[in-house]
Amino acid sequence: MTEILRIEGLQKRFGGLVATDNVTLDVHTGEIHALIGPNGAGKSTLINQLCGELRQDDGMIHLAGRDISHMAAPDRVDLGLGRTFQVTSLLEEFTVRENVGLAVQARDGGNFRVFDNVAGRKSVWEETAHLLSGSLLDDRRDARVADLSHGEKKQLELIMALATQPRLLLLDEPMAGLGHVETGQMIETLRGLHGEVSMLLVEHDMEAVFALADRISVLVYGQIIMTGTADEVRGDPRVREAYLGTEDA
Amino acid sequence: MRKLILAVVLLAIFALMPLAADLLGQNALQTLSARILIYAMAAASLNLILGYGGMVSFGHAAYFGVGAYVVGILYSHWMSEVPIFGLFPGSNQLLITLPAAMLLSGFAALVIGALSLRTGGIQFIMITLAFAQMIFFLFVSLTAYGGEDGIIIRRSNEVPGLNMRDKTTVYYVILVVAVLYFAWMWRVVNSSFGQVLKGIRQNERRMEAMGIATFRYKLYAFVLAGMGAGLAGALMANFLRFTSPDMMHWTKSGELIIMVILGGLGTFFGPILGAAAFLILEFYLADWTEHWQLGLGIILLFVVLFTKGGILGMIDRLRGGRQ
Ligand SMILES: Nc1ncnc2c1ncn2[C@@H]1O[C@H](COP(=O)(O)OP(=O)(O)O)[C@@H](O)[C@H]1O
Ligand SMILES: [Mg+2]
Repeated sequence: MTEILRIEGLQKRFGGLVATDNVTLDVHTGEIHALIGPNGAGKSTLINQLCGELRQDDGMIHLAGRDISHMAAPDRVDLGLGRTFQVTSLLEEFTVRENVGLAVQARDGGNFRVFDNVAGRKSVWEETAHLLSGSLLDDRRDARVADLSHGEKKQLELIMALATQPRLLLLDEPMAGLGHVETGQMIETLRGLHGEVSMLLVEHDMEAVFALADRISVLVYGQIIMTGTADEVRGDPRVREAYLGTEDA
Repeated sequence: MRKLILAVVLLAIFALMPLAADLLGQNALQTLSARILIYAMAAASLNLILGYGGMVSFGHAAYFGVGAYVVGILYSHWMSEVPIFGLFPGSNQLLITLPAAMLLSGFAALVIGALSLRTGGIQFIMITLAFAQMIFFLFVSLTAYGGEDGIIIRRSNEVPGLNMRDKTTVYYVILVVAVLYFAWMWRVVNSSFGQVLKGIRQNERRMEAMGIATFRYKLYAFVLAGMGAGLAGALMANFLRFTSPDMMHWTKSGELIIMVILGGLGTFFGPILGAAAFLILEFYLADWTEHWQLGLGIILLFVVLFTKGGILGMIDRLRGGRQ
């Protein structure tokens, strides 16, 4: 198996707007595949179809050779699809530790047990501690999520996704709104995961994309206009016109 | 630790109430106390879905009423010795009627939950209300079981070895069931399932992204809550020795919601304190003026506007303020 994700002829309309226009794309096992494109190009819409929150009008999605096109979102998670949200979406009243703990528990099972003591699930809390120990949130583990900074929430988004032990991570703008230092930290974190987890990385920050991505696909008006290495994308006139031109000028 | 102390204090108050009522020559106090225990259970069952799970069900009295009617109907068939649908015999045994009440109210919750839990917000409120009203009108139209007048139960259900004709014995049976119910509830809210439920209230989308198919969990909670309300209703039928459609009127659903909010949404002791506050207010204000609900309305408004988290929240902040 060389490709973890294969998308074929994916199509999604919102009324008259074609948000995903015949998208065909694959992510190789172990690679970081970046998806770039101007605002409104349809990147989030694509991610939401992959994770099952949105249903495509047409086309197919294969995860590790399995057709998941019509599978409910939680079932795709069970098959190894993890995602982060562009606008952070966390359990705001829980602490950092409780958030990660619940994500670990969700994967570990026993979620219908009404007679156990969740605080006593040793393996869950050990794994939670382990996930947090290497991270920037280690000394914030007892902070309520509502009290976290934006950058900390972005980090937590990633840890929550990793807690489900995904084979493929869908990252929707993990650096959006981060400062320079925080962006650097996020790049380091993702680089540390390179090879371990395959990633489809939607990102606006070009520096981050060129630093991380093995391959890059460019999405404009719902269409993939090219896929290639960082150098190929940098040099492509269509990309400059559609995207980089407006950003880099 | 604080919770343990509160539990012991509450238990002591309820356990000593019959003695105190006797000493004070106030029999009504024992009746009030029994009603508080029963409504506390019903409110706690609602709190499981409303407070912990974030599901605003406006039809919870339906399950309370179904539980009461199971006791009433089983009793009337036991009296007449005519099997129900020609199949099941009636019963006046509490150890049969309580599980039967929980089973049927749980089944009602399963059906209604399955049909309404795909919706959310106002729509969910209206659908649960509509189903509850349908059940209300069903029982109003059941003339075989008294229609609007309901069923009179001449004697409380029997428990082997106990004299259930004695009101104080009935009171202690209610107390024992309530203690067992709250012990069970304590386990549930601290269980793996309880954690999932709290997560669903905070962010359903996030839970789905963790691989939790939230519908099943919400339905499970909904059924557990319906069974709890049915148990409370069955006790109420035994206590009042009467059951009528009034027990499942939509205003009763509203009262249960008020109790939960009054006590503190999503807190363990909230429903007990909320039910106590509501029924004590009703008891004294109703004596004083027939417009007692106006007084209640003002107090409720105060609680919602000026205390965060009901009575428990208020206590917490008073304690915090003193330190
Ligand atoms: N639920 C929706 N209903 C209608 N239009 C939508 C919806 N979601 C996104 N769109 C539109 O689809 C286009 C792509 O949006 P999006 O996927 O969020 O873009 P990106 O993430 O690339 O910035 C935009 O024009 C947006 O307005
Ligand atoms: Mg987007």
